[in-house]
Amino acid sequence: MNPGATGQATAWSVAPGPRGRGASSNAWRKRLEIFFFVAPALLLFATFVLLPVVQAARYSVFRWNGLGPMDNFIGFQNYVMALGDTVFQRSVTNNLTIAVLSIAIQLPIGVLIALLLNRKFPGQTAMRVIVFVPYVLAEVVAGVIWKLLLQPSGGVNAFLEAIGLGGVTQSWLANSSVALWTVMGVLTWKYCGLAIVLLLAGLQGVPEELHEAASIDGASWWQTQRKITIPLLGPTIRTWMFLSMIGSLQLFDMVWILTKGGPDNATSTMATYLIRQGTERSQYGYSSAVAIILFVISFVIAGLFQKLVMNRDSGDDKPKQRRKKVSR
Amino acid sequence: MTSVVAPPSRGSRGAARSGSQRRRSVSPWVYVASVLVAGITLAPVVYAVLSGFRSNGQLGANPVGLPNPWIFTNYTGVLTSGSFWQYALNSVIIAGVTTAIVVVAGVMAAYPLARYRFKGRQALFNVFVIGLMFPLTVAIIPLFLMVRDLQLTNTYWGVALPQAAFALPMTIVILRPFLMALPNELEEAAMLDGASRIGFFWRILIPLSGPGMVTTGVLAFVGSWNGYLLPLLLLNDPKLKTLPLGVADFSTQYSADTAGVLAFTSLAVIPALVFFLTMQKRIVSGLQGAVKG
Repeated sequence: MNPGATGQATAWSVAPGPRGRGASSNAWRKRLEIFFFVAPALLLFATFVLLPVVQAARYSVFRWNGLGPMDNFIGFQNYVMALGDTVFQRSVTNNLTIAVLSIAIQLPIGVLIALLLNRKFPGQTAMRVIVFVPYVLAEVVAGVIWKLLLQPSGGVNAFLEAIGLGGVTQSWLANSSVALWTVMGVLTWKYCGLAIVLLLAGLQGVPEELHEAASIDGASWWQTQRKITIPLLGPTIRTWMFLSMIGSLQLFDMVWILTKGGPDNATSTMATYLIRQGTERSQYGYSSAVAIILFVISFVIAGLFQKLVMNRDSGDDKPKQRRKKVSR
Repeated sequence: MTSVVAPPSRGSRGAARSGSQRRRSVSPWVYVASVLVAGITLAPVVYAVLSGFRSNGQLGANPVGLPNPWIFTNYTGVLTSGSFWQYALNSVIIAGVTTAIVVVAGVMAAYPLARYRFKGRQALFNVFVIGLMFPLTVAIIPLFLMVRDLQLTNTYWGVALPQAAFALPMTIVILRPFLMALPNELEEAAMLDGASRIGFFWRILIPLSGPGMVTTGVLAFVGSWNGYLLPLLLLNDPKLKTLPLGVADFSTQYSADTAGVLAFTSLAVIPALVFFLTMQKRIVSGLQGAVKG
């Protein structure tokens, strides 16, 4: 038998058992092995991921404070209450705003810096490490530093005054009309590095022959980037957009540290709202309903994005598969 | 055409080429832009580290000056207080346990999913892939109650087990193609030498999948080290708090002592930065691998 023809079939599955056992005992042995290998991961995953998500759905139809029996079934009342709550509506709007702005702000910056760092110059390697530093710092650590920098008597205002922009100084996080924009700025600082690193990886896949051909045809550097390089980054950009959107919808740590969702709910997100309701007010049923709404919104947006934007990338898999087989 | 610069070289072919292809020197704007980007990126961290060497009086008089004179008591105070070390140790233990569980359970699960042929293999894999869609925030309230009912609140396990469970999908998604790519000839050779599938796993697959395991391990470690939401809800005993919790607590507790908070926070940056600088390639390749999936 030719193993290449059977795809992923292993040598053992096409040959009789190694010690010449009967076919059925070998099959049982195989099943036992699969169970042995997969069981720890499956148990862990089912207990701490699947079960809690199912539980969240169950809690969401009860009024329950986490203590005593869960017997006050109220149907979809929690959902109705959440959807009608102006603070929750504000949180959803904030999440969507952050998702859209993250892409609108970080993508151009990320592409520009990635193109810049893709050129050969001394210090290029150091720069590639530097731009990624904010992404690696814990949200809490970065958040605390920024919180201190942004307080009225903090470094940002002092810096603005020093360069003659004293007029725009602010209490950045305490003014409800600018707080969301301030948070956006910090998020841009924190997460641009991820876009850059992913885009740099995408740039590695752009064959240099294309640049040569373009330059021979007399294209300028910028023309080459705009007409050839950036379109070829399409799949990377779409993947990054996907990650960025999901991350924006689940945003918690940074906002919690910077503003706890305030002032006046100006920076509240679905996640900070959920934690507030759950832990500070012990409304476990209600906050589970919020969790399920958060999940449904993420799921729908992810699904739509996959269907409308990413499905043109799925064709890429086929040539890859073929190449794999040929190489065997 | 003069301004076209050779793209990054990959492997010997590119390196050989860039020699013959060297263009004119890079435009100075590249350097201007680089300095600007590096400045914006590093300024907050540098500010925090330097301000840790100042007094609150200095900070109040001029929030953006250099330390003058340099004050060391903020840093020595943090380093001798003991709580910083306790937080760091807790973080190391929790991240270490999380990583060990994720890597062991992950590679074990990825092995049959990659190299066994059985009915329902794809379905089983999809169960884990679905996990990528479940954010921790959705599960956090039931997790909080479950950990409480299991009496694991304020224990290392209470944080490490859920963290490991949530890191599993990504680990399996990265490891499976990695294990699939190992050539079948290896398996045939092992079989001819009389090895069982389990023997093959221990003696050949584990050693060969080292790089993949290190990458997933590093990602799990960083994720756990930076984690905030789970420890926030599950650890309230000061003796068990992790570094991010410690930083958050310290910053609210001593909010008037800005210089002290900045010193504490700067010290919390160091382990993460050192780890990142040594593991930088692994972290980056892991993320890129995850995206290319």
